[in-house]
Amino acid sequence: MSALKTQVRPGGYYDSIVLMQLQAALADLPGILDAGAVMASPENRALLAASDLLPEGALEAGPADLLVVVRAETDAAASDALSRVDAVLVRGGGETGDDYVPRSLESALKIIPAAQWALVSTPGRFAAGVARDALDRGLNVFLYSDNVTLEDEVALKDKGAAEGRLVMGPDCGTASINGIGFGFANRVRSGSIGLVGASGTGLQAITAHVHGLGGGVSHAIGTGGRDLDTEVGAMTCRQGLDLLARDPGTEVIVLVSKPPAPSVVRTILRAARGTGKPVVVHFVGFPAPARRLGRLYFAEGLSEAAWIAVELSKPTAADREDSGTGESEILPGYLRGLFAGGTLASESLLALANFLDPLHSNIMGAVGRPLETVARSEAHTILDLGADEYTVGRLHPMIDNDLRLRRLAQEAADPEVGMILLDVVLGDGAHPDPAGELAPAISEARRARDVEFVAVVIGTDEDPQNLESQLEALRGAGALVFEDLSSALGHVVDRLGGSEPAPLPPVDVDLLTAPVAAVNIGLESFSTSLEDQGAEVVHVDWQPPAGGDDRLLAILDKLRR
Amino acid sequence: MGISEANKTAVDQMMTARPLLKGVATARDVIPGMRDGLILHAGPPIEWERMSGPLRGAVIGALLFEGLAADEAEAVALVDRGDVEFAPCHHHQTVGPMAGVTSASMAVYVVENVTHGNMAFSNLNEGYGKVLRYGAYAPDVLQKLRWMNDVMGPVLAEAVATRDELDLRALLAEALHMGDEGHNRNKAGSLLFLKLLAPDVARVAGPEVASEVLKFLGDNALSVLNPVMAACKAMADAAHGVEGSTIVTAMARNGTDFGIRVSGLGDDWFTAPAQVPDGLYFSGFSAADANADIGDSTITETAGIGGFAMAAAPAIVTFVSGTPKDAVNTTMEMYEITQADHLQFTIPALDFRGTPTGIDIRKVVELGITPRINTGIAHKDAGVGQVGAGLVRPPMDVFEAALIAYAERYGV
Repeated sequence: MSALKTQVRPGGYYDSIVLMQLQAALADLPGILDAGAVMASPENRALLAASDLLPEGALEAGPADLLVVVRAETDAAASDALSRVDAVLVRGGGETGDDYVPRSLESALKIIPAAQWALVSTPGRFAAGVARDALDRGLNVFLYSDNVTLEDEVALKDKGAAEGRLVMGPDCGTASINGIGFGFANRVRSGSIGLVGASGTGLQAITAHVHGLGGGVSHAIGTGGRDLDTEVGAMTCRQGLDLLARDPGTEVIVLVSKPPAPSVVRTILRAARGTGKPVVVHFVGFPAPARRLGRLYFAEGLSEAAWIAVELSKPTAADREDSGTGESEILPGYLRGLFAGGTLASESLLALANFLDPLHSNIMGAVGRPLETVARSEAHTILDLGADEYTVGRLHPMIDNDLRLRRLAQEAADPEVGMILLDVVLGDGAHPDPAGELAPAISEARRARDVEFVAVVIGTDEDPQNLESQLEALRGAGALVFEDLSSALGHVVDRLGGSEPAPLPPVDVDLLTAPVAAVNIGLESFSTSLEDQGAEVVHVDWQPPAGGDDRLLAILDKLRR
Repeated sequence: MGISEANKTAVDQMMTARPLLKGVATARDVIPGMRDGLILHAGPPIEWERMSGPLRGAVIGALLFEGLAADEAEAVALVDRGDVEFAPCHHHQTVGPMAGVTSASMAVYVVENVTHGNMAFSNLNEGYGKVLRYGAYAPDVLQKLRWMNDVMGPVLAEAVATRDELDLRALLAEALHMGDEGHNRNKAGSLLFLKLLAPDVARVAGPEVASEVLKFLGDNALSVLNPVMAACKAMADAAHGVEGSTIVTAMARNGTDFGIRVSGLGDDWFTAPAQVPDGLYFSGFSAADANADIGDSTITETAGIGGFAMAAAPAIVTFVSGTPKDAVNTTMEMYEITQADHLQFTIPALDFRGTPTGIDIRKVVELGITPRINTGIAHKDAGVGQVGAGLVRPPMDVFEAALIAYAERYGV
């Protein structure tokens, strides 16, 4: 036995779709067997009758009246259902629905046309395609995905570099731009230390230490773990250094990486020197060639890198006056180092081995190539003229300049030579006036050929030779004079440290200074994280293209070209 | 010409097409290739054996209407003897809602795209209840059809002939600003249509007939659907045949199969089994009563309105599960798979952004997003009529097949 109840609402406008919805809602209620909601026209009454929903007897309702009918298991269920009609017909005050989540980069950019970044964390198989699409649309890329082929990485970075866009990654876990962390990043104070890193946790460790030491971070640019491999050639690293060089908010740069390919070291260090800002270098597991080379500081560990950077970022830091000459134009020709001091020669050799190639020496050791004969230099050469082979039957060059003067003339006459590096060691026991003999030789050599002379003078103002007059004499002969080896070597590196690779089209420095606006493709948590940090971000509900079907993917790929 | 250039050309042509209602005439007089014994139907080609209930019913009704058979049995026998030819409306520049059945004697709207000169045709809308387009062929159904043909048709023909041009594109653009999306909801458009025609109908017909005709047009919130479909067909055809283009120029269903055509792929259809729409049902009906998707009315989505303009029609958001935001999101999703924002059809709720126009099969396949179609739902048995309305998506297979055919044709 079932109960049939009706409700008539005279007058009013109800769209047919509203009535369908009302009927469906009523039919869904517990205890309801069937329901009808129609304007009570004869046609509609006939429809109700056909479904056994028309009560017997007269019904005061016309075509302009809403007729609601329910058939229920019990009277109570029928009454309850009819009491809910209003709730279905009149709504409002409820939720207004979620915002649209775009499915493609193209439509995401219509929502956030100012985006400069694409954060890509799709499965590796598809990541290069997504990154390429992002570059095509003028975005810079933070590519978190791994399992991107080396070939794809090189292609992406070539494309990015050519168009003045950054490609951070693949396999880049950490970056921080203008105070906004991408991927995994610590919350750190804003400050003047900028980082470039081929190591995500390295960047995290250093930025966290910097914060702990009271310093602050401007930006951290990730490059991905393979950026410093030979094939990639440090493309992103170089772009990052160049960006930080031009960034007004960055005063000290930290460069951190797993050990780079030896062929790439020179390129990066050259680029680091080219920033004109102090750069703290930490290549994990790579023997530091010196504690300091001009404005390059080599750290032994992550926390030390942070510490040096924080010290350098203090307004009192001594480094603020550049110890170099500021001359950074590349000098053609080779370096010839003519040392009286063995240790100075060894240290120079060690330091310069990362910059000059090929570098020869008469010093036996881990770095440098041997000479065919010690009587003749080859390419870049560092000579310890105090070594046994030179002092047989002759006084040590600390006290006798004869050999050095002859060698100086020999090197200066060599058309392949661009720079001659000398040490001048003062003090008791040393030659009473080394500059008095070296300066005229330098003058004479420079009159014959345009050779740059760099002299590092080791002495004090209490030494018997009179430090000031020694410096003066050398300067007067046209030599560049330094009073510490590190600064002198820094200058050498500036002038000769490998040929500059073709300059990359600059990435607009606005990328660092404008508020971060990004499209996130892949892990939704990255999007949430950016949002929490106050960045503008639009998440893309990305799905594998063509459902991952290889045949269709191949066609789509070809159609794109 | 590259693909993007070809697609731009195709969609530009679709959007610059300007369909005007030029007249009302008898099918055999105006539809190219129309002849006695030929029955046009909705969707891609199909043979009698595979036709669904509503389409079969409509075919029988048309044979009765044409006087080619006296009853159902004769009509079926005629078909079985092979004396009836079938062809998709689309093969004759024609479109029809639901069964879409159009025969030689029927009155049709004549629409011309005055920009490119192509014509399109559509039958007259019969209103609700038991109607031919849902497969009904009872005497009262045929009687109404005859009245439409013999009384309303000539009145409309004369009214249209004597008035200034009736710009269907402009009418649609206005209706979109009045809460229509042009496929399931044509309330505003139908009233605009009525308003435009009323003075001329009143002028050319006597008061009794004028009153009947105007009441018939005014009572039917789908009056304008058929000329709108013809207008969309004229716009879509303007985009067809652009070498190298991957833009869809027809989507249509015959109640058994869903088919599409692509601008750069000639006259081939790419088909797969039609699905049952997901929707709401009139009192007394349920999904168990529903026929598979049917009708040429998907030409509206093909031309950038209908489900694609859902954001313009918040009153029918229930189709898309509830809130006005869902309606907006439906349209937003269609931007993912289309080439352009329409230059004529705009959506107030989206800051007057143009509707998503020109479905690109590449985007459909790549993103896995099929077009959203608003549709009526037919009863699976001939003659019962409409049982509900809802949403349907074409099977992905048709887009994949088209993409593969494209690759083969263009040697990709």
